Amino acid sequence: MADNDSYPELKQEFLKALLSLDRIQAERILTDISHLKNAPCSSESLIVDVLETIGTEWENGKFALSQVYMSGRICEELVAHVPVQTRIPQKNAPAMAIALLNDYHALGKRMVLSVLHSAGYAVTDYGRMDVPNLVAAIKQDGIQIILISVLMLPSALHVKDLRQTLNAAGLLVKIIVGGAPFRLNKELWKTVGADAAGHTAADAIDIIDSICREKTP
Amino acid sequence: MTHNSMTSLDRVLTTLGHGEPDRVPLFLLLSLHGAREMGVSIQRYFSKPDLVAEGQLRLRKKIGHDCLYSFFYAAVEVEAWGGEVIHVYDGPPNSGMPFIRKMDQIDSLEPPSVRDTPCLYKVLEATKAMKDAVGTDAPIIGVVMSPFSLPVMQMGFGPYFDLMHEQTDRFDRLMAVNTAFCVEWANAQLTAGATAICYFDPVSSTTIIPADMYRKTGKIIATKTISRIQGPVATHMASGACLKIVSDIHQTGTAVVGVSADENLRDLKQACAGKLTVLGNLNGLEMIDWTEKEAISAVRKAIDHAGPGGGFILSDNHGEIPWQVSENVLMAVSHAVHEYGQYPVRQMESE
Repeated sequence: MADNDSYPELKQEFLKALLSLDRIQAERILTDISHLKNAPCSSESLIVDVLETIGTEWENGKFALSQVYMSGRICEELVAHVPVQTRIPQKNAPAMAIALLNDYHALGKRMVLSVLHSAGYAVTDYGRMDVPNLVAAIKQDGIQIILISVLMLPSALHVKDLRQTLNAAGLLVKIIVGGAPFRLNKELWKTVGADAAGHTAADAIDIIDSICREKTP
Repeated sequence: MTHNSMTSLDRVLTTLGHGEPDRVPLFLLLSLHGAREMGVSIQRYFSKPDLVAEGQLRLRKKIGHDCLYSFFYAAVEVEAWGGEVIHVYDGPPNSGMPFIRKMDQIDSLEPPSVRDTPCLYKVLEATKAMKDAVGTDAPIIGVVMSPFSLPVMQMGFGPYFDLMHEQTDRFDRLMAVNTAFCVEWANAQLTAGATAICYFDPVSSTTIIPADMYRKTGKIIATKTISRIQGPVATHMASGACLKIVSDIHQTGTAVVGVSADENLRDLKQACAGKLTVLGNLNGLEMIDWTEKEAISAVRKAIDHAGPGGGFILSDNHGEIPWQVSENVLMAVSHAVHEYGQYPVRQMESE
């Protein structure tokens, strides 16, 4: 994180551009940063910081889900088009994937992917899967962190089946969950045997960083 | 008429008039538990209108709440449009793959005819059977998805946000088609015997879109739609926040607002006082883990915050109590309302 005095203003400017869906202004800010020798931050850290702020303020009731979604989408597009300084691909980072468990509500998954891609993480998108197919894919791909996004309560409860099936197969996989049932019942992630729950898409970054630190000797 | 002789309908009508009836009305919005009551699977239950009607009647008799709920499941409207519905054993049938997969499908989209759509006809049959049995003793609450919120199931949340922000002509076209359907569907339920229509509109909540966007979209659509529904309407935010837009919601012509457990009930009651009856806001997802003691405590707190002065119906915050909530908890909620919801309500601080 930058400590330069101009950073708060820059952050506010980028935040405003995203919330007003001003792609041109958002792109200009990132392009400027990439050309500055003494930029107050990297473009990647600015994106992550602003998306985290938007996610937190959604959780606090200040912003709306549509703003979280559109901001994430714009950042994802910018990362693809602008020479954004993303994190150097972490060669030692655990293999990770994301999936919808049974239900078709893909918004949460897409938002998490936007944030993680914007932050330079490689995440395999499994789409919608049931427990047996998901466990098979996890085993085949050597996945160590699985992110599960759900909207419906029955899907959330199936995380328990996923945990039991992974354990029975001897697969040591961290399960990170997110979605409305886990926001409305703060203890549910523990009940279903997940390792962590994210209340906003940007929470995924902190949780993954924390797991990476645990895994690093 | 004394307070003690009030029927559920009298109790609710007094509440809607912002007066104090004999006790706080209780709406347990139990769409699924009737299947358990009737000893059948959820899928079987919803295949037979007479099972749903009987399930509702038995639940009300057993638990003692103040309404019948003719709602089957949200995805019944997707089914009506030809979309896929996925049945599960432990929850409501869920909408499958969205049926609007390309934006240009909206250009030729036509609404289904309510009378010619078997899944909707079943709901009407169940409503008629409930009305025949209950008469004017208790209100029957029918349900529609708002034209503004239905697209989440028609096309998925992400593509709908894209449409809303980037393709306004197509957005307007979808709203026109959905409004025509919503009005016909609501009025058919009223004709079949529903007392009021619950207008589910979570996308309008400030959890989902900013308040200024609501004023340009969901509010206008709700105002136009509700004016064409020939009966009383309750707007439900299905767990979404609404404190910032209470005055706007009132201006849509609705009489009730279903509120979120994430917002302070006392603040909501104050904002709605004299304008809207507050419906809520027990946390249905936490209810799964409640003990009976916790249920009683939650009911007392809600009544304490929103009961005084009338204009409050105790309910859950989502409009659909999860299948996993036990009968013991539901009974505890009901007993607590009968015990602590008598008017004038006893304030917790005074005890």
